[in-house]
Order: sequence, then C-alpha cells, then structure tokens
Amino acid sequence: MKALSKIYTFLVFLFLYAPIIILIIFSFNDTQTFSRTVFSGFTLRWYKQLFEDRLIMEALRNTLVIAVASAIISTIIGTMAAFGINKMKKLPKRFMMTVTNIPMVNPDIVTGVSLMLLFVFAVSLMNMRSLGMATLIIAHVTFCLPYVILSVLPKLRQMDSSLYEAAQDLGCPPAKAFMKVVIPEIMPGIITGMIMAFTLSIDDFVISYFCSGTTQTLPIYIYSMTRKRISPEINALSTVLFAAILILLMIINLRNAKDSKKEGKKR
Amino acid sequence: MKFRTLKIFLSILMILTLTFSLTTVSAFADEDEAEVEEEEDEEEEEVEEQHTVGSTGITINVYNWGEYIANGTDDYPDLNEEFTKATGIGVNYTTFDSNESLYAKLAGGGADYDVIVPSDYMISKLINEGYLAELNFDNIPNYKYIDEEYKYLAFDPENKYSVPYTWGVVGLFYNTDYIEEAPTSWNILWDPQYSGKILMFDNPRDAFAIAQARLGSSYNSTNEDDWYEAAALLKEQKPLVQAYVMDQIFDKMESGEAWLAPYYCGDAAILCEEVDNIDFVFPEEGSNFFVDSMCVLASSTHKAEAEAYINFMCDPEISGTNMDYVGYASPETEAKQYMDESIAENPINYPTKEVVSNTEVFAELPAETGLLLDTLWAEVKMGGPGTTITLIAIIAVFLGLYIGIVVYKRQKRKREMM
Repeated sequence: MKALSKIYTFLVFLFLYAPIIILIIFSFNDTQTFSRTVFSGFTLRWYKQLFEDRLIMEALRNTLVIAVASAIISTIIGTMAAFGINKMKKLPKRFMMTVTNIPMVNPDIVTGVSLMLLFVFAVSLMNMRSLGMATLIIAHVTFCLPYVILSVLPKLRQMDSSLYEAAQDLGCPPAKAFMKVVIPEIMPGIITGMIMAFTLSIDDFVISYFCSGTTQTLPIYIYSMTRKRISPEINALSTVLFAAILILLMIINLRNAKDSKKEGKKR
Repeated sequence: MKFRTLKIFLSILMILTLTFSLTTVSAFADEDEAEVEEEEDEEEEEVEEQHTVGSTGITINVYNWGEYIANGTDDYPDLNEEFTKATGIGVNYTTFDSNESLYAKLAGGGADYDVIVPSDYMISKLINEGYLAELNFDNIPNYKYIDEEYKYLAFDPENKYSVPYTWGVVGLFYNTDYIEEAPTSWNILWDPQYSGKILMFDNPRDAFAIAQARLGSSYNSTNEDDWYEAAALLKEQKPLVQAYVMDQIFDKMESGEAWLAPYYCGDAAILCEEVDNIDFVFPEEGSNFFVDSMCVLASSTHKAEAEAYINFMCDPEISGTNMDYVGYASPETEAKQYMDESIAENPINYPTKEVVSNTEVFAELPAETGLLLDTLWAEVKMGGPGTTITLIAIIAVFLGLYIGIVVYKRQKRKREMM
C-alpha cells in the first residue's frame, strides 16, 4: 500500500513537472530547424541569442513593468477594499462579494473585449492616439483585484478585532496601531495576493491581446511566432524565468524558516 | 517579521523591472508627443533633407509577422536599430500571427500603426475598406529595385498602396523514406495509402486553394459551385488527415510523425537542408503565389517617416541581408548579390520561373463568397450540419439529466418533510 501511494505521488509530480523539464532540456537543443522533438546535441546558443534579441527583451520588459505595476496597485486597492468589505453589514457585504467575483468567473474574452471597447471609447473621447501601457495596467489591475481581495479578506476575518482595540487602550494612536498591529497580522494574505496578482499578470494573454494597442507583451509576442516556428529562445527565456521564480521562492521560504526559528528561541 | 518577506519580494521585483526598463517607458509620453509633433512636422522635413542622423524624436509603429525580420541575433544586424541609426526615427516594432489578427486589431480601433505588412488578399480588403494611404513614391526611391513582376499585382491593381516585402509559393513536404517517388501532384494528399500521415493547413484560404488547384478552378472564384466542390473534396480528405496545423508541421515532419504536408516555400528550405529524408516539391497543378507587402495606414500621422522605413527596407543590401535571415525570397534581383549563395540559388527559396508561372495570387473575395468560405471551412473541420444535431442532442441529454436530478431531489425532500 505504501509503495502504491509513493508511486501515485511520483506520478502526480511527473505530470506536473514533465512539461517544464522537457522545456528546459530543449532550451539546450543544438538544432538548426527549431525542432521540439529531436534532440541533437548541447548548446548555449539560444541563451546567447535570447539576450541579443531586442524584440524579446522589449516584450519581457513591458511584461515585467506591467506585472509589477499592476501587482502593487491592485494589492493596495484590494487591501483597502477588503477592509471596507469586512466592516460592512451582511447584505451589502454579500452584494459586494458578488460584484467582486464577477470579473473572476467572467470568461477572459468577455472581459477583454468589453475593456477594449471601453478604452477605445475613452481614448477617442480624450483625443489620444492609441491604447498602450496605461490601458494594459488598468486592465490587469481590474482582473487581479478580486484575487487580492479574496486572499486578504479571510485573514481579516480570522484576526481578533480586540487586538486593535487593545493597542489603542495601551495608548497607541489609531494610525500607528493599524500599521503595527493590523497590517503585520494580515501580511501573509497581502503577500499571497500580491504574488498571485504578479503571476496572473505575467501570463495573461487574452485580456492583454485586446487592450494592448501598440504595446507588445511577452505572451502576445510568443503567440505571433506561431506561423513560423516558436524559437528555442523562448525555451531559454522560460528556463531563466522559472529559475528566477524558484530562487525567489526559496529565498522567501528560507527567510521565513529563519524568522520562525528566532521567534521560537525568544519564547 | 512578515514585513521583511514583503520587502525582499518587492526589492527583487524592482531590480528585475529596473534592469529591463533602462530604455524609457514611453507609452504615456507617446500620447502627448503626437500633438506636438504635428506642429514640428515642417521643421522635421527640412532636417530630413539634410540627412541629419540626430534623433528626430519621432517613433513609428510597425506591425509585421512574427519572426519576419533580422533582429540582431545570429550575427545578423538589427534592422530596426539600423534604421533608427540612419534616420533618427525610432521604431516600435510589434508582431502578429495572421492576417485576420491584423485586421481585427485595425478594425477594433485603439491601435495607432504606421507601417503594416499584410499579405495579398488582406491588402485588397484593406484597400477596399479605406484603411490604407496612397504612397508617395517620391519618398521611396528604392522602389526602382523592385522587379517588374511584383508590381501591379491583382490585389493592388493600380499599384498605389503597397510595396512588396517578400514573396513565396506554396509547396509540398514529403518524407523520402516512405514516399520513394517525388510526388508531382496534390492528388497524393488524397491517397488512402498515406492515411493518418497527412497534414493540412489550418486556415481556410490555404486549405481550399489546394483543393481548388486539384479541381483546376480559380482561388478567387466567385462561382459558389466551385467552392462547394472544393469543400466536398476537403471533406472527402478529412478522414485521411492526421491534423490541421500550421507551425507544428515542422516538428511532425522532422520526427516522422507525418509524411506529407503543404507549406510556404520560404520556411521549407531550412528543414530540407537539415533533415536528409525530407524534400519539398511544387505540384504540377500549380499553387498559391503569395506576397507580403508593406503598406502605410491612412490614419498614420507620420506618413513621411513610414515611407522612409519602407524605403530603407527596399535597399537591396538591407533586403538581401534581411531575406538571408528570414528565408523568404526578396522581390529584388539586385538583393541576391548580398545573400548567401546557398539561399539565392536554392530552387526552394527562389522557385523557378516555370513554378511561378503556374501560380495564382489571392485577392479579396466578395463578402458573400467570404461568408460561404467561412461556413464551408467550419463544416469541413467540424463535419457538417450532422454534428450540430449531435451537439444539440448531447446538450439536451445533459439538460434533461439536470432537470431530472433537481426534480428528484425536490420530491425526496418533500417526502422527508412529510
């Protein structure tokens, strides 16, 4: 039985990670034909080309700028919204939650087209020429918001509201009590929301496709390669991004582990 | 404690972004510039005459096919950067995957493009709908290098709107291990002997063109019967087809998963060169001759700069280097001397005169024919009205089941209440 469950776990992980492993292997493929099926030797050529390729680098830059901006903006707005919703009475609360959930359950294509129509209308009203970075950030904030709200709200609900009152009783001004007591208490929720918003923004294709105007993000650029062949440079890029995120997560986890150890000692 | 985690996360994000945003983010700036630039236009023209290389502060938006320009990799020059160096005009270069996406982008509004590179039939559609600006050929002196046979083509009969960028012919890949004799006809795509090893184009115009070549009718036919006949032929072929694909053709051919596939000649040469058992032929019934041309949009505010860009791309040396990288054929004989000989002399990259004489270029179809084509294509791929009925049946069954369960539960509850 134990062996069986081990095999099962192994299979689950295999299915989860096989595509990424294949992708990484083929980023080192020494091929002239951009093959994704025949491995014909090891090379670092695609990594070299990747950093020479201005178009990919520009698309990557746009994607990261948008992801960071929309992650930060949606985290701030979302956290504030979560506070508001948490303090609401039952009926308006339920109403607000439904409204929040709509962008999440709405198909991307509907969100994308409706945002595009709105932006085109607004842009022509303001006599501007084109959609671009600004509209992309607005669009991304729109679909990231519910995820932030939904990850902050449970933390707020879990929090003992008397903590905040106790801080004030002990002579802490409200603003300081908020920063020193409430925010640290819900910080895990905020971080999850922010990471979620960041990743969602990075790999969004459908909504960006409609709202991009003359700005190109990475997913759109990759998609445009499909008439010809998708270059292994993209494999190389994905490998670099994967490694970066892996290292990022490892740093965060290590730090957390260290912190909790210290805490344990103090007590 | 938790603050620190956030701080690390944020600072890493910031470092990442800053590294990549060394070149300024100009999305916001662009919009303001547009108005100012109009006033400056006159001054700039003078500057241009003196061939000053300093920055003009203008950025043109270029929309081209993906992977369709030398971009600084593989020791080829980055042509957009070269253009900026030579003229001082910045280029915001973006890419699309199909003519239809390009059209959707233009029709949707909100995209401010100056130069676009659509293919033949899309050009005539855009001309008819008034999207394109008439070019001022005085600004494109290099137009003289373009060979005569690429001027006054069916999609731009008055030759006012477009300047050819590349051209090519559709041909047929085959695997020499399994198909010993080189195919001479499209008929082989209907040969049951190769059932399950045949690939077809996943776009209606190209797929229908193959059937029409077999039938001997025009690709631009307005006769409905021609289209019905072609559709019948494609439906007949469907059980033999492994998949309707575009770029996966290369992987499937190289790995031997498929043995026969049509494709555009420009991309074909590299596969034939690298893989021994794959060859490429042009069937005798003829095929589609396609041209991707550079056009300027009527809404462009930087028409002179856009024309300067087109002119730059028409320079024989630039065109030669570019096509050397891209693999498609240049419309300029003059450009061949700047190309690698193995490409310029390759009959797959540069199909012979006989092959080209047996081809037809796509033009825009009238609205009704276009609609008919869409319907027929949907029928070919999905299997006709029969499937619609099964689809409805499936949905009806599910709906019935759902209602049944709801009713059953309600009754059960009622019974329990009693």
